[in-house]
Amino acid sequence: MSKTATIVKREFITRVRKRSFLVMTILGPILMASIIIVPVMVAQLSDSEYAVAIVDDSKLFYDRFDDAESVSFTPLGTNIEHAMQLMHDGRFDAVLHIPEIAFQAPSSLRLFSEKSVNFNAKLLIENILKLEFESLKLSHAGIDEEVLRSIETPINIQTIRIKDDGELITDYPEISMGLGFISGLLIYIFIFLFGSQVLRGVLEEKTSRIVEIIVSSVKPFQLMMGKVIGVGLVGLTQFLIWMVLTFSIVGLFQLTMPDMFRFTPDEEIFITSSQVLSAEEMEKQQEYIQQYDTIAGQLMEGLSAINFPVMILSFIFFFLGGYLLYAALFAAIGSAVDNEADTQQFMLPVTVPLLLSIVMIQIIISNPSGPVAFWLSIIPLTSPVIMMVRIPFGVPYAELALSAGLLIMGFIATTLLAARIYRTGILMYGKKSSYKELWKWIKHS
Amino acid sequence: MDALLRTEQITKQYTGHRALNQVSIQVPAQSIFGLLGPNGAGKTTLIRIINQIIGPDQGRIYIENELLKPSHVQQIGYLPEERGLYKKMAVGEQALYLARLKGMKGQEAKRKLRDWFDKFDLMPWWNKKVEELSKGMQQKVQFIITVLHKPKLLIFDEPFSGFDPINVNLLKEEILRLRREGATIIFSTHNMGSVEELCDHIALINKSEKILEGEVRQIKKTFTSRIYEAEMEQIGQWSGDIPDKRFKLIRAASQNDTNILRLKIEGNATTNELLKFLLSIGNVSNFKELTPSMNDIFIKKVTGKFPLEANGETEEKTS
Repeated sequence: MSKTATIVKREFITRVRKRSFLVMTILGPILMASIIIVPVMVAQLSDSEYAVAIVDDSKLFYDRFDDAESVSFTPLGTNIEHAMQLMHDGRFDAVLHIPEIAFQAPSSLRLFSEKSVNFNAKLLIENILKLEFESLKLSHAGIDEEVLRSIETPINIQTIRIKDDGELITDYPEISMGLGFISGLLIYIFIFLFGSQVLRGVLEEKTSRIVEIIVSSVKPFQLMMGKVIGVGLVGLTQFLIWMVLTFSIVGLFQLTMPDMFRFTPDEEIFITSSQVLSAEEMEKQQEYIQQYDTIAGQLMEGLSAINFPVMILSFIFFFLGGYLLYAALFAAIGSAVDNEADTQQFMLPVTVPLLLSIVMIQIIISNPSGPVAFWLSIIPLTSPVIMMVRIPFGVPYAELALSAGLLIMGFIATTLLAARIYRTGILMYGKKSSYKELWKWIKHS
Repeated sequence: MDALLRTEQITKQYTGHRALNQVSIQVPAQSIFGLLGPNGAGKTTLIRIINQIIGPDQGRIYIENELLKPSHVQQIGYLPEERGLYKKMAVGEQALYLARLKGMKGQEAKRKLRDWFDKFDLMPWWNKKVEELSKGMQQKVQFIITVLHKPKLLIFDEPFSGFDPINVNLLKEEILRLRREGATIIFSTHNMGSVEELCDHIALINKSEKILEGEVRQIKKTFTSRIYEAEMEQIGQWSGDIPDKRFKLIRAASQNDTNILRLKIEGNATTNELLKFLLSIGNVSNFKELTPSMNDIFIKKVTGKFPLEANGETEEKTS
């Protein structure tokens, strides 16, 4: 076994054996899976019923409130004081007061509660009243509500992207946005997480003074590359375990509780609101159901429109490329300083491009093929994050190849540069280094 | 004797200063070679070049008449001045790892490590983390790692700094044993007294240049101080005058009835002539030549004067 391989093996094994790796490996997928599962569960297992008493002095709306999934309505014939008393006794969570002049002055509506008001209940009430007010006003103006509703046409433009080969595919920007954002962020986190592990590893070897023993057996470059590759493999392993575990957990949930995944959380909201307003408008609800049937379908279609093999392969490539590019720089920083506190002064030029990538994600998402997106996804310092944001929107293969090629050249360049700083730096003790000093090391060696 | 290691005109330039200037040394096989000089003279730079940690700007190095090449690292054992271990890693595993980096096979390394660990009573600590070991035990581990692969050439940079006296003795014994088994040893130190009795060859380095090299006995012969100390009795009659100008009194002290005179012979006068003079002024109870230490020789080489003389002169003035 070559010496570099021996070093890679040690770096990998000592890290994988650490308790923190195990914790991260287990917590990561649980966290990611819960990001998917928890909102569904929350939407599904709505909390205990929120009881609202209605005191309608105008007598216009009291029978218009139908119980919703998590909110129950009770019209009271009594006055407001009595209702308040009942709420105080614990029979209701809130009292909705509709004064006599409510129709003329909607701002006089009041919702009283002793605890803080349930936000969903407030939205629900507002929704119901809005519709009721509208239909009242329509009938006052002599317009048939049916006619008006039939005019209302939901518009949902289907966006179609024409691929290079002329194939037409339906485009779902929302899904691409989400995927791009998540993968860009993941790359950023991984580069930082494992890059700083390289830095700390180099620093550990330097401060523990073992480095001189090692470099009398192997070349400094071998030691540096061994560490960079070893830590990178740890990152890759963790990522793959995360992917497998996350999908297993989500899959397991889908299997054991299939009901939960019939609708996505967004559609859930549709259902509740539609149920509320539709007791007498069954066909309207039907319409809505049709619509979210198509939304669910769209989601599936949208996800299937994403080229997942390309996604995953490019994720691995840009993760490794970006990691190698930055890890070399992190290694150089670790070699140039004597303790962790001194790293600050050199961290800035390394963190700025990474932070810039994160800040730019918003802009990239709103215009994924614009000039800003193009350039940032070509320049090797920002391309790992930015390109991953763009890929779900579809990137021409030529651009992908250009970016990948430049990234490879980029990390070779930073590795060679870092190696020059590294081999001088690891043997320098007790000397505060400056940028000028580093430049000398690069030039001289 | 054949040289195991030979450096030829090694020059290393750093920005701002020259660390080594045309340094050539010859380390005979199976010798203990002292690389001596003050801090900052360039010793560590030379050692790093021999270990191929850094490259020289000019010059060549030969090991057994073969130009130094990467595979030679397996024949060198190096204990650096700045030495340490991975604190969080288990002792045995770490020693094994470092042995493999030296090119040893896993099984062979394990077997030899066990032998050494047994010898140094370290076996119970095999699975402990390094940070749980005492400083002395860590030093033993470092020593084992240095010599484990049976290198032909052992290089110790400031070997005894930080070692406690018991370990120093243990180490000295082991080093002498390794030499008997065929190893060649280089000691680098600024503390010349600490290795003087061990070395049979030395090179003095000062301000990036080699100023002296050779066999210790030979050097000491060349650098006789020609300063003698005589213990005299009954010299009450002596006025203090020395008629022969080739003898110079450096220091005179008295203890009870005994007078201790320190004299330097200059010019072509002989020891016998000095003795004759001394006998003429009183009874000589003890007479010896003051042999210079390596430290004295170094100072003489750099300043042109033995500290024995300098000391004497200042003491003479004050007394």
